[in-house]
Amino acid sequence: MQFYSRRKKLIGNSQTEQLYGHCLQFYGQPPIENISLSEFETFAVDRLKLLKTVENLGVSYVKTSELYTKKLDAEEFLPGLNVRNCETDEYEKRRKDHISHFILRLAYCQTEDLRRWFIQQEIDLFRYRFNDLPSKNIGQFLQYNNLHYHTISIDEKKKLMDKLVTSSFAVSGSTVDGKDFYKVPFQDALDLVRTRKVYLNGGYVYIPHQDIVTIVLNDFRTRLSKALALTARSLPAVQSDERLQPLLNHLSHAYVGQDYSIQKSIGKISLEQIDPLSAKSYPLCMRQLHRGLRDSHHLRHGGRMQYGLFLKGIGLTLDQALQFWRSEFVKGKVDADKFDKAYAYSIRHMFGKEGKRTDYTPYSCMKVILSNPPSQGDQHGCPFRHSDPELLKQKLQSYKVSPSGISQILELVKGMHYQLACQKYFELTHSVRTDSGFSLNHPNQYFMESQKLLGGPGAGVKVEVKREDNPATKPPNPSPHQTPGPGNLPQEVAAEITEDLDSFFQDA
Amino acid sequence: MTTADYDQASLPDLLPLYYRRLFPFSQYHRWLNYGGVTKNYFQNREFSFTLKDDIYVRYQSFSTQNELEKEMQKMNPYKIDIGAVYSHRPNQHNTVKSGSFQALEKELVFDIDMTDYDDVRSCCSGADICPKCWTLMTIAIRILDRALRDDFGFRHCLWVYSGRRGVHCWVCDEAARKLSVAARSAVAEYLSLVKGGDETVRKVVLSDPIHPFITESLTVVENYFSQYALLGQDILGSKEAVDKVLALLPEDVRKKLLQYFQTEKNPEKRWDTIRSMAQDKRMTAKKGHYFEMEIMLQYCYPRLDVNVSKGVNHLLKSPFSVHPKTGRISVPIDLRELDRFDPFEVPTISLICEELDQPKTEEEQDDNMENENKKEAGERRKMRDYKRTSLAKYVKLFDNFLEEMAHSRKGEVLKNSGECNLNP
Repeated sequence: MQFYSRRKKLIGNSQTEQLYGHCLQFYGQPPIENISLSEFETFAVDRLKLLKTVENLGVSYVKTSELYTKKLDAEEFLPGLNVRNCETDEYEKRRKDHISHFILRLAYCQTEDLRRWFIQQEIDLFRYRFNDLPSKNIGQFLQYNNLHYHTISIDEKKKLMDKLVTSSFAVSGSTVDGKDFYKVPFQDALDLVRTRKVYLNGGYVYIPHQDIVTIVLNDFRTRLSKALALTARSLPAVQSDERLQPLLNHLSHAYVGQDYSIQKSIGKISLEQIDPLSAKSYPLCMRQLHRGLRDSHHLRHGGRMQYGLFLKGIGLTLDQALQFWRSEFVKGKVDADKFDKAYAYSIRHMFGKEGKRTDYTPYSCMKVILSNPPSQGDQHGCPFRHSDPELLKQKLQSYKVSPSGISQILELVKGMHYQLACQKYFELTHSVRTDSGFSLNHPNQYFMESQKLLGGPGAGVKVEVKREDNPATKPPNPSPHQTPGPGNLPQEVAAEITEDLDSFFQDA
Repeated sequence: MTTADYDQASLPDLLPLYYRRLFPFSQYHRWLNYGGVTKNYFQNREFSFTLKDDIYVRYQSFSTQNELEKEMQKMNPYKIDIGAVYSHRPNQHNTVKSGSFQALEKELVFDIDMTDYDDVRSCCSGADICPKCWTLMTIAIRILDRALRDDFGFRHCLWVYSGRRGVHCWVCDEAARKLSVAARSAVAEYLSLVKGGDETVRKVVLSDPIHPFITESLTVVENYFSQYALLGQDILGSKEAVDKVLALLPEDVRKKLLQYFQTEKNPEKRWDTIRSMAQDKRMTAKKGHYFEMEIMLQYCYPRLDVNVSKGVNHLLKSPFSVHPKTGRISVPIDLRELDRFDPFEVPTISLICEELDQPKTEEEQDDNMENENKKEAGERRKMRDYKRTSLAKYVKLFDNFLEEMAHSRKGEVLKNSGECNLNP
């Protein structure tokens, strides 16, 4: 198997003799070796897990704090991507780091959103790694990558002491003494020059160590951005390789937005409000689930998971949830005792109070649509995806959606634009037009937006982000894109691949 | 030497003479060719001409110095602007695939215009200038030239009188010519301290820490402030002027001064008081109070138009072009004699054309002997021609400038070839 070399640029001459001469990489050159399909897949998935962790940690903790660093340390170690130790010769890890980065470029170069996400996480990862480098390794890194930033000598620091201190609010006499200062061509530090936040002399700015990171990061961002644009142009050639296409597609469809796991409006919703809320602000899938629950006083496992996590996402407390489910189930065939024994555990599990104590996150649209399709008797899934169009039409009619609206929705469904169909449903039931920035990809997002419009209690915003997880075991999933015709992987292989990825998203 | 009376109506007669016998084509080409280091650098340069009756033509370009001469002598432009070096010959830009025709490089330029100071000069306004307010240009050149050299490391800055009410700077270093739009904008922002339009009263706001650039600039201003502002502009004399200054001060300071000024009328003493009040405040208050510095900067610090400097493709009036309204030639300014530069002594086109007809002096006859070895008689004559006019010393200045650049280029070549270790 070959990688298509997209960039012929060579960085240096003698410096690139040893391919992984430095522990930290700028990813200038693509890998040019052969690897197996399974290694390709493993590397990609491992790095994606790492980047998702980076994203989650970055929302929960200050990116330069000790806690953040410690947590990321542990996460990086797991897939063998902890490359920061420059002393030991960690060829295998660096190789994995290198190759996995380039594979993900293929998956994440296609749209603006994907690129932005990828760049953000890679930058955060890079910053975390760079911050930990000892001085001499930083110097090596700069040299290795042809970044002409040199430290100034102690004598020069003494000479420039006054100037350095008066140029920057962040620099004191002790900073000058204690830290390294770098001499950087002013063209590489334009923001600092523009705002006069740094000492400038002879065309060079003098930057304290902590700020050199910013400079290097900007460089990193610029290069990666350009590279992704180039990659996108060469993508058709890569995508025509049948072995790679399903994997790359699945990788890039991993949900990359908010996880809505904990709401600021926690406890702001009372149980009495749920019925009216279900009619006003629930997306169709949850309305369906709620209706199903009310009607049969029961929901199967898939439905309990999907709806239960959604309820957590809109702000129900554990106690409320227990009460809610118990009161409904008890009306059916389940008595209170049985409920406590069998079902309460799983609800507490959902809230992270049992077992591994992982706080599971509400499902995104992508997850609802792509995984665990409902079978006979199930109420979960995405109605736009999983319901028979006739039944869907009847349901929409019963919910008083206009005939023209219904046909618009059905058109979108026919084109497999399920989330757009749901968005259209939102517009019609709220009598609004959503602006171009609004892109529906999570049931809780639907709820929140609806509440915002209606001025309801569920409109609180700030969320903590955690990994999406599902404790249940799952049957294998179908290929995410029904690409007809030849060129598909055999069904089992495709299923295997997608299951592997899904199993990441559903940490069993 | 008296400046011959200039009349715009005589331009059609004077321009042909100027372009045939006085315009320093050889030096001009030498400049824009930059040693021929980059292929087609001169050929891909855009010029624009303003012709008689305000006809404006863009995307002019020329293959050789000769072609440039012939064209200019044919068109006799009233104004000449210089633009960027493009990816293709500008005069063929219509044949280039849309999107491929790009401005690649250009000198970093600055335009200081006296009208931007109208709110702080009392002697003139609009297009008028006088020896009193000309000091503002002197201060501007000193401050900016120092910053461009010391802070940014640029070594080849050509300062040119615009011909009427301001000055231009052409930074010709290779690094400067290659700057991106973002970089040019950052440089211009770094150099900007006076911000705000008519609706902004306090246009300079300083806070801790005071950057070394500001300190250096203040040092220059202080050299001129007493003579220029207190004496020449009398900013602490008349009530009207004093009110304007007081409007820049904090409330409590203003009140105290109003009272103090009832008895103290001497502007120097008044200023000393303002200064010491600022210093006192700095001793006692937690925040920095720099209002005396802010006043000095608001009244004297250079005001540049960032938009002129930002664009790679921006067109700017060419050195040695004529200013149609005043007749003055845009001549280089000698920084060694900066304080003595007098815009009213700059030769006009009518003067130098008149000087052409004067009989040769002894000096020039000696020069003729030296140049007997030159090949073309025509060239000889041309060289002699501008030399016998007031334009001579300005062309010499330009020559020195070009010589320094050539010297730099040679130094770079040697350095790169590793044969010689030169200190930058």
